Formats: sequence, C-alpha cells, structure tokens
Amino acid sequence: MESYKIQQHKYDVVVVGAGGAGLRATFGLAEKGLKAACVSKVFPTRSHTVAAQGGIAAALGNMGEDDWRFHFYDTIKGGDWLGDQDAIEYMCKHAPEAVIELEHYGVPFSRTEEGKIYQRPFGGMTTHYGKGTALRTCAAADRTGHAILHTLYQQSLAHDATFFVEYFATDLIFDDEGVCRGVLALDLNEGTLHVFRGHAVVLATGGYGRAYFSCTSAHTCTGDGGGMVLRAGLPLQDLEFVQFHPTGIYGAGCLITEGVRGEGGYLTNAKGERFMERYAPSAKDLASRDVVSRAETIEIREGRGVGEHADHMHLNLMHLGSEVINERLPGIAETARIFAGVDVTKEPIPVLPTAHYNMGGIPTNYHGEVVHKKGDDPDAVVPGLFAIGEAACVSVHGANRLGSNSLLDLVVFGRAAAHRCAEIIKPGTAHKDLPASTYDQALSRFDKLRHADGDTPTAQIRINMQKTMQVDAAVYRTQETLQQGCTKISKIHDSFADVRVSDRSMVWNSDLVETLELSNLLDQAVATMHSAEQRKESRGAHAREDFPDRNDGEWMKHTLVWVDDKGKPRFDYRPVHMDTLSDDVETVPPKKRVY
Amino acid sequence: MAEFTLPKNSRINPGKHFKAEGAKKPRTFRIYRWSPDDGENPRMDSYEVDLASCGPMVLDALLKIKNEIDPTLTLRRSCREGICGSCAMNIDGTNTLACTRAIEDCRGGEVAIYPLPHMPVVKDLVPDLTHFYAQFASIKPWLRTQSPAPSDAERLQSPEERKKLDGLYECILCACCSTSCPSYWWNGDKYLGPAILLQAYRWIADSRDEDTGSRLDDLEDPFKLYRCHTIMNCTRTCPKGLNPAKAIAEIKKLIVERHSA
Repeated sequence: MESYKIQQHKYDVVVVGAGGAGLRATFGLAEKGLKAACVSKVFPTRSHTVAAQGGIAAALGNMGEDDWRFHFYDTIKGGDWLGDQDAIEYMCKHAPEAVIELEHYGVPFSRTEEGKIYQRPFGGMTTHYGKGTALRTCAAADRTGHAILHTLYQQSLAHDATFFVEYFATDLIFDDEGVCRGVLALDLNEGTLHVFRGHAVVLATGGYGRAYFSCTSAHTCTGDGGGMVLRAGLPLQDLEFVQFHPTGIYGAGCLITEGVRGEGGYLTNAKGERFMERYAPSAKDLASRDVVSRAETIEIREGRGVGEHADHMHLNLMHLGSEVINERLPGIAETARIFAGVDVTKEPIPVLPTAHYNMGGIPTNYHGEVVHKKGDDPDAVVPGLFAIGEAACVSVHGANRLGSNSLLDLVVFGRAAAHRCAEIIKPGTAHKDLPASTYDQALSRFDKLRHADGDTPTAQIRINMQKTMQVDAAVYRTQETLQQGCTKISKIHDSFADVRVSDRSMVWNSDLVETLELSNLLDQAVATMHSAEQRKESRGAHAREDFPDRNDGEWMKHTLVWVDDKGKPRFDYRPVHMDTLSDDVETVPPKKRVY
Repeated sequence: MAEFTLPKNSRINPGKHFKAEGAKKPRTFRIYRWSPDDGENPRMDSYEVDLASCGPMVLDALLKIKNEIDPTLTLRRSCREGICGSCAMNIDGTNTLACTRAIEDCRGGEVAIYPLPHMPVVKDLVPDLTHFYAQFASIKPWLRTQSPAPSDAERLQSPEERKKLDGLYECILCACCSTSCPSYWWNGDKYLGPAILLQAYRWIADSRDEDTGSRLDDLEDPFKLYRCHTIMNCTRTCPKGLNPAKAIAEIKKLIVERHSA
C-alpha cells in the first residue's frame, strides 16, 4: 500500500454533510460554543435540500384552524403505524417554533394578506383526525427547499463554523471500545487525506436515491453515511420503505411538487378520468404518496396509462390560471417547460411514480443519537455518533413519509442533535490519543479502490444495480420478484470486486469518488432488496401483492439490517415506540388506514 | 511589456479524438481538458456521441461520455434540474448550466465546452470558486435587524413587500453571470461582480432587514460596485432568467438618492 500523508484536525464535533440538517446542526453547535467542522462533498448550497419544492409542515394555523396534535396524528397514520410516536410528538410539537425560527433567519416565505407565512394543503395533512383538509405546509412559492437551504448556509456564515468543502468522507473511525472518534476524508481539490477528530460525528449525508434508475434524487444522493455505518458493523433500519413520488416527470425523473395538487391540480388517466376519486374517495389527489403511486401503477397496468406506450399519467393544472401558477408554482412551470416541453397553462404534465425518498436509514432516537440493539436493549446509544435528516431513521416517517415533513425533519433534528451535543460535550475537551491503527482498514480500502484495475467500469456496475432496483424493488413487490431481485443484486454486489477505476490522478478524481459512492450504494441496495424480501406484509410504501394486508401482530416492528464485507445481509428487529413523550398527546393505536 | 499571448504552459493543444463507431446520430463535443497531476498543457479532446441513445441535455452527453467513453472526464454535477448550480460551464460560447441546456439548441456542428471563463481551473471543467464564495460571505448575506423578533410569531411582511424579493432570492450562485462579465474578468479581485451584487440587493430589498444603511456604506466603493459598466452580459447569460444588471442599477440608484436626500 502507498503511504499517505494524513493531516489531522481536531474539533469538538464533526458534521458530515451540508444539506438542511447538516447546516442546522453546524451553526447550532457553533451557537452553543462548540467548535464545529462541517465536511461536505459539495458546496453547501448544492446539497439536495435545494430541490425541495412544496414546503415545510407546521401547525401554525395561519390560514385556518390547526393543532400540532392533528399533525401528530396525520404523521402516524401517513407512516402506517411504523413511526416512533415519541419522536413524532417531538417533531410536530416543535414544528411551529422551528418554522418561525427559519422565518426569523430570513427565509423568504410566501405571505398571506395579513403578512403571515403562506400555507398550502398537502397530501395526508388533515384537521380533526382526518375530517378536514389542513393548510399546514409553509411555502416559499415552489422553491421552499432552495429558500431554506440558502438561508441556513447564510446563517452558518453568520456563526463561527468551519467548512471543509469538497471533502469526501470515506469512513468512520472507531476506537476499541466502540466509540466513534472521527472520520477519514479525501480533499478533492488537493487530493490529500484528512482525519477529522470529534467527540461526536454527526452524519447528515442524505438518502441513497441513486440506487434506483429513475429517481428525483440528485447524482450526489448516494447514501454515504449509511454506507459508512454498515462498514462500521452497525445496522441500518427499515430500508425496505422507499417512497415513490407520484409526480416525477416522465422520462427525466425531475420532481413536480405535490404542491401542484395542493393548489388544486389533479391527475387523469387516458380516459381523462380523475381516477384518484376511486382510490381515495375523501382525500382524492391529496391522499398520501404511497396511495397515489399505487393507484397510478394500477391504472397503467390496467391499460389506462397515457401516451404512445400507455405508460404514464397526466398532471393537470391548466385550470389554475396563469396568475396562480406564476405566483405559487413558477418553478415547476419552468421545470415542465425545460424537461417535458410542456406549457403548464395549456397542457398537462406527463408524470409517473419515481423513486424519491428513503424512510429508512441510520436508526436514532429523537436526540439524533445513533442507536443499535445491544443485548436486551433495543435503544442502546452508539457513543459519539449521531445521524440526522434523510440519512437517519428516527423514525418519524415510519413506512411512508408525508410531503413537507422532510424539510421539517431536517431542521427539528438538526437542532436537536446540536442541543444534545452541547449537553454531553464540554467545549474544548482534549482529545485522547488515537492510534493510526484505528483507521488502517479505512486507508487500505481507499488505496485498493484508488488502484482498482478490474474489467468492469464503475458506471457499468452502477447501471446494473439501478436497473435491478428499478424492476425488482418497485412500487409493487411479490416474493417472486424480490427473490429474483435478491439473487441479482447480490451478484451485482459481488461484481464490485472486478471494478475498474480509470482515473489515476489525485486531484478531483471524480472517477474514484463515484466508485466510493457506488460502494455505499451497493451495500444499501442489497440491504433494501433483502429487507423487502423478508417483510411479509404490506405497510406504507412497502406493498406486497402476495401479502396485501398490514400484519401488526407480526410486523409492527423496525427491521434492522447489517451487511457484512461480503455483501451478506443479516436481520434483527426493534420494537416501534408506541409511547408518547408527554401527556400532551395520547398514543394513536393502529387502525385501518383509509384516505 | 504586456504579454498578449497565453503563457507557454497555458496554450491549448489539440487533444484526442474518440469516434463513436456505428452511431446513428453522431454529434461531436469538443471539451477542454487539463489535469494538474500530469504536467501537460491543456488540450481539447473531442468525443463523438450518439444522440440516438443520449438524453436531450448537454449534461446527458457529458455523463454519457464519462460513463461510456472516458471516465477521467471531470465536471461538477448534482441535481440535474437547474436548481443546485453545480454544472455551470461555458457551452457553445455561453455560460450556462449543462443540465438545462438542450443539445439541439447548441449551434450547428461541434459543441465546444470550456470551464467558466477567467477562473483558475482545478481540473477539466471544474473551476476554483473559492474567491467567488469568499466575496459572497463578505457582504454578510443574512437578515440583519436591531429590533427583536416577535417571540412566537413571524415578522410580518405583506405580499407586496415579499414580491420585491422575486427575481432575487432565486439566485443559485452558479457564477455564470459573474464569469461572463468583462469587468469581473479584469477586476474580479476587488469588484464583487453581478451575482454577489444581486445577493446584496436581495437583503436591501427585504422589508424585514434593518441594515440598509450599512449595506450601502459597504458597497459604495469604486471597485466593489462601480466596476459595473452596464455591459449586461450577466442578464443575458443567467440560466435562471434573473436580471443582476437591474439589481446593480437599483443599488446605484439608492446610493444616489441617499446623497441627494
């Protein structure tokens, strides 16, 4: 192995990732007087939070009656009773203050006539436990993610936080006692290796949407945190729950916000029928995403898809008029024009279910602390390690996330993690010695991939993985397709031993970075397919045709999955937290989920 | 004496040509290549891409090249839908985003692709934006207020006041405009350039911000602001259809008004 010169950095806390969650944590730490470093593979405003459109949920009640308890109920029901109710209480209760805080930071929210934050309806968001439609989703036109991400970066500039931009984190560093002590990272611009020591490492690395062929996720959504956690011998949770967004642009896969339907847009099939009325008589087009995506899939399967190949749906917003479109939905008008060649004031947008969000991820409690199962304790904290945002599974989204709950998740748990760090870490605490042997393995893995000279280019393995996930871990699943998928995805995982990296340079070696990313994706693709195979029920986004019903007796539990270095998965389970945090709200017992 | 030719080590050499055998609809992309690792001069490699099996955007072609022909080709990319600003580069003579630039909109013949102009190159199509980002931080781009915010409520802002931010807050910091500005090319060390000035105006225009005076003080400088000579390349090139030139004009107007008040 080549000998690498390694630069050492010492901070109180190291945050990996600079999207909404990572930035909120970073300046939250700085605010508390902790010395924080934020390591990100892209400049912060390039993070995928930027692409969120519709809004951020909070029961502000600016435009009608609302209560955080309604939001709490909706989130539990939306997640099909797989969400942890303590964490959901925490998120929904803190949502109004979190959004107000964002406004105080300067987020350019759209406004009501009274000058308050504008709120729009969103799927699954109701009042009085399903009876009315809530106007709960706080919006900055249809560019809410962009507005929030830029504001959070601006706040980070106002605080004393240090950024390491275009540094790719390769592996976590643990000591002999299982305490996370830092992270190894590659500086793309210099081509040098760095060890970032921290009393805590906060993973805010986002989802792994790029495991799929057609996804709304950015190229950079490669689940690097999840990959690092699996390599550290820790489990991920509930990976079988992958959300398909009902309105990705046909072909390009770009997101068209649910806010279109929130503002009154609707879906039609080839007969021009508003088919959602049949599937969700009361919520119709604003049923939760898993329900709408399944309805679209059935429509297409039964021959009522639109277009030459009858393989997609139409999203109509022509009737809204150009004034509403220009004011509330200007971004998707632009996206539809560029990527579908459609003038949304005159024609419908061609859409279909597109992989969008990972409900699963690194298991944590509501402080953002990573947990695992240790003996009889299903909630044992992994010392020194946090996870937040889409990378994490708190679990507030359960088996299916409601639209506009993800931006909320980012800021609420980004802040929670910073607060927790401040409680347990004293600023300036000295770092214990860390023998270089603790990251030997990480270094040799890096070196091996840097010189990988197999016969299969990274891109070839990647497309094989993406196509397999697309076909066999889709909206609907059966034992047959999943078993087939497991065999195929494990074989593709094996083929990584034959990967070829062509770029041998050190500076900005994106071929190498894509290979490191692919290795993260592959572990999670394997974990996802196998997790889906073992869960023999339908719940939220995991729809099994051979097990069409939810089975609370057997399956109201979180899947824990480990993947060893040979790509072999292993399973265990954690109970769902049914108890709430306080007496402010009561546990919502499971019942049939109807929209 | 002034040197009018590029220094020897910056002269661009002809590069390799990659042919697409059996392509149904070939189109050639000529791409600037340079790596600091090999000590070679920059070169223009040309790649034939079969458009019959390629997505419609220039980014699709670049990724097809990277995935199928030459994995060493280096560029930034992320969202592929025009919102993250990563893939800004000079395509067919214009600074724009590769992900929203349709191949068929590139003028006939070969499509030439260079990194954003007049920036130090890290590698291939990746420019060094460190100075650009530092300039962004220098304007203190966050809400600055003296009066305390209401404890449990938002600061109020009327829809009309909010409308003043339209055309400003949408900036994605891609740097297309600043790197298209001849004034920024010559004086980019001190001139803030259109992107950063638009960002500065975004806060001046925000009814919630209470620091307009000191924002204008900071900008009133022969270099930071007044190197703008209304060349208007910024507005012409902005891939998001924004108008930085107008934002700069508004700042100048406010400073004039302040002096005549």
